[in-house]
Amino acid sequence: MVRTLGWLSAAALALGLVMAFGVAPREVSQGNVQRIMYVHPPLAWVAYLAFGVVAAASIAYLVRRAPGADRLAHASAEVGVLFTGLAIATGSIWGKPTWGTWWTWDARLTSVAILFVMYLGYLLLRGTVEDRERAARYCAVLGIVAALDMPLVHFSVYWWRTLHQPPSLMKPGGFTGSAAILWPLLVNLAAFTVLYAYLVAKRVRLLRAEAEALA
Amino acid sequence: MRHARRAGVLGAPILLVEPETVPLVTRDAVRARVPTAIVAVGGPAAVGEITLGPDRERLAGVLPGVLWLGFILSGLLALGRTFLVEREHDCWEGLLLAPGDKSAVYLGKLAGNLALMAVVETLVLALFVVFFDIDLARAFPGLVVVVALGTLGLAAVGTLFAAMTAHVRAREVLFPVLLLPVQVPVLLAAVKATEALLAGEPLGAVAHWVKLLAAADVVYLAVGVLTFDAILEG
Repeated sequence: MVRTLGWLSAAALALGLVMAFGVAPREVSQGNVQRIMYVHPPLAWVAYLAFGVVAAASIAYLVRRAPGADRLAHASAEVGVLFTGLAIATGSIWGKPTWGTWWTWDARLTSVAILFVMYLGYLLLRGTVEDRERAARYCAVLGIVAALDMPLVHFSVYWWRTLHQPPSLMKPGGFTGSAAILWPLLVNLAAFTVLYAYLVAKRVRLLRAEAEALA
Repeated sequence: MRHARRAGVLGAPILLVEPETVPLVTRDAVRARVPTAIVAVGGPAAVGEITLGPDRERLAGVLPGVLWLGFILSGLLALGRTFLVEREHDCWEGLLLAPGDKSAVYLGKLAGNLALMAVVETLVLALFVVFFDIDLARAFPGLVVVVALGTLGLAAVGTLFAAMTAHVRAREVLFPVLLLPVQVPVLLAAVKATEALLAGEPLGAVAHWVKLLAAADVVYLAVGVLTFDAILEG
């Protein structure tokens, strides 16, 4: 099952690359730089998905106290932090040629940076609380607080300042670009989501083995 | 430019810089030439005096941030120590064994923290009025609302996190690392609202920030009351 997911994500990522470089047209004003769009938004999307899963698994853990739910939250948080870091890095690489700067305190960038630091803290808490069961409970609470905090962070920094282009896919009125751009983007979105599922499944399996070894 | 003539007489170059700054490259270049004398011209402020003090405009710009920095630093100290009494006197089990709903412990600790922070904030605010000569008469009622809402948000999460970090070795480091990112919306809203109020605007002008603060308080309080049971289990 996990192995299948791995091959599936490899194939999907390969197809995504072909679509991004072969099918998608060269953008008029930004040139080839714009092709980073087939990687950057999918990474950000998966990061949000990962933290959503952390919150859901955290609630499930507090209600049912199943160690599996905690392992899912743990694995998803780790992958989420990884993808957030990659989203920030690819965003920087995209920002330099188009905005002329690696980083700016724009609303969306700021909120993603806060998200990144918040979940780094989550992983830090996991690492420092020695008792496993206690770490699971504390992290579940933190996972819920962090997820509920996200809308607040979003609105506060949005009112504070904004420069980032508005979302192009999920907005009222739907996507307005051409199909030649939409399909490569959607394929990459799916590819990175499958990659996320694979990494989480692999990590959960490893965490289970660790717990069994310690028991 | 009247000094240009003197520079000509001395046979020396003129260097124009912003007050208080010499670019690093320029400084190194000047050093490398080993000058026998440097003549500094311009007002006293041009050669390093702390300009934040007398400059009213710049002061007004940073004051809300400095004020909240004072609040949050004192708050961090107070909040982080919320459960230290129980830990040091080995009374943690006493808390665990307390009859009834554990959220009562949370609300009690929160009330204690709020009282402590209110005292400290009153003092800090009084000192600000005295030292920075600000007129609070008009802004005061609005400011009380903003400070109260902001403090409640800080303390609601702070009390919860203090319980989580009470048994951790690196408590002093971990506590602010967890608390500060979560508190970004509260701090942004509080500082922005304070800024507007101190600039003489009515509370209605910052209604969106006040609403955000209130929403944050409701969310944090609800989570605190609901999840504290899970934290105080063992």
